[in-house]
Amino acid sequence: MSAQPQRALSVWLGVVPFFAFALVFLILPTLHVMLGAFQTPEGAFTLANLGGLMTGSILKALALSLKLSLWTAALGCGIGLAVAGAVTRGGLPPALRDTVMTFSGVASNFAGVPLAFAFIATLGRLGLVTVLARDWLGVNLAATGFNLISFTGLTLAYLYFQIPLMVLIITPALDGLKKDWREAAESLGASGFQYWRMVALPVLGPSLIGTFALLFANAFGAVATAMALTGSSLSILPIVLFAQIRGDVLQDPHLGYAIAFAMIVLTGLSNLIYILLRSRAERWQK
Amino acid sequence: MNLHRVTSWIAFALAAVYFLLPLVATLEFSLRARRGVYSLDAYRNVLSDPQFHQTLGYSLILSLATVVLGVLIVAPTAFWVRLKLPRLRPVVEFITLLPLVIPPIVIVFGYIRLFNTSSVLPLTGSAGGTDFLLAAGYATLSLPYMYRAIDTGLRAIDIRSLTEAAQSLGAGWTLILARVILPNITVAILSGAFLTFAIVIGEYVLAALLNRPAFGPYMVWMGGNRAYEPAALAVVAFGLTWAAMAVVQTLAGRAKHLNTSR
Repeated sequence: MSAQPQRALSVWLGVVPFFAFALVFLILPTLHVMLGAFQTPEGAFTLANLGGLMTGSILKALALSLKLSLWTAALGCGIGLAVAGAVTRGGLPPALRDTVMTFSGVASNFAGVPLAFAFIATLGRLGLVTVLARDWLGVNLAATGFNLISFTGLTLAYLYFQIPLMVLIITPALDGLKKDWREAAESLGASGFQYWRMVALPVLGPSLIGTFALLFANAFGAVATAMALTGSSLSILPIVLFAQIRGDVLQDPHLGYAIAFAMIVLTGLSNLIYILLRSRAERWQK
Repeated sequence: MNLHRVTSWIAFALAAVYFLLPLVATLEFSLRARRGVYSLDAYRNVLSDPQFHQTLGYSLILSLATVVLGVLIVAPTAFWVRLKLPRLRPVVEFITLLPLVIPPIVIVFGYIRLFNTSSVLPLTGSAGGTDFLLAAGYATLSLPYMYRAIDTGLRAIDIRSLTEAAQSLGAGWTLILARVILPNITVAILSGAFLTFAIVIGEYVLAALLNRPAFGPYMVWMGGNRAYEPAALAVVAFGLTWAAMAVVQTLAGRAKHLNTSR
């Protein structure tokens, strides 16, 4: 039908709006920032901006961001795996599984300002848990050294969207662990531990590492939750970038480009790991 | 085996406590504005604040604009790629996934530098231009969700036969898309639309950095200046997000049902 030669070009015209939009509002802005990381204000090539990442406050923010992302990814993976394991093969009622999956679908999109407010209402100075601990248990949370506006508090809040994301992704992988494998392993005399070490973990391995990478990227790029929870008292890298965009606090616009570049590289690499490992993991899920 | 089930229940219960407590606490906190008794004062304060109506209204209109823009860009493309350019599919899919990889703060940083008043396309020079830029930014952020929703919808219908039937009756491309294809993927479009709405309604970073009076920045401002009103806002925001997501889930359930009964 579309074999007429004059049609060949017009076939391509159909996707022009999409590519034009993606170019103008996604690719060019990103490229502009990435190239800016390698330019002096006059436009000459330089590596000094990237070198600037390794200094003072920026290095500190980078380290804090890495620490936060690694911790929330690791805890999110561990706890998410436990929850997914409980609902898929823990003998819980099937209806519970649907509830957990639906809730995870919503909560994995929960990062943002309201999430921060929810944690302030829970564990803040006048939060529900803080008040109940004081009135019922006589425990003064603040005196135990707990402070919501801190690394621990932020980690707790981030887990609220990290765990559900893990549950969403790992549940299909757990479903892919066939019952026969366990029975086969047991009939060959394997213990439960040996089954996990020699069968289940090697099969789940790519999924686990891939999801860890995804959770890492997910935490690394998030800003709003941290801003609304801690103001700017906890300087993670995206908050430094935010302040830089708003008011050039680093007094060097091109340092902002370098921070953005570092963020793209880190989230890009993590996503690449996720995508590569996911295709490996999917072999077992057919 | 029984021990296994007990540990499963414990894991589930602990997770339930962690996930439900903040929701309960937010609700409880939002009712505490009057000393000693539960009251709806915080909600009353929020509802009587003109800023609340302005910012929420702004975000609602913007999310509508975002959905329209997103559908206009994604639907024809997804349709065209399925019908005529299947080779291009991986490329288009890859591009639609990029917004999940590139942090939103980086994208908006690029906007501010690329569309500033001294550039070729000085969108940030006027309020209207910035509004458009914000809608374009949100449409970009929602690309992964919109594309996946619409593409799934298209997979469920026989677009080739529908298109040929419409063509044999003399319909042009615009007519085919508007009157034949889109009505057949309404469910998919709606689920993409409500997902987009859930993302846009309380979004903070883009709106704050582009300096537009949206609901997200308003919530943050409240967070810094009031005690109980932020909790009330969180309840409102959660309610809106959950309602939108509930619609998406219901639509997904319906689509599944339709597909299996086909």
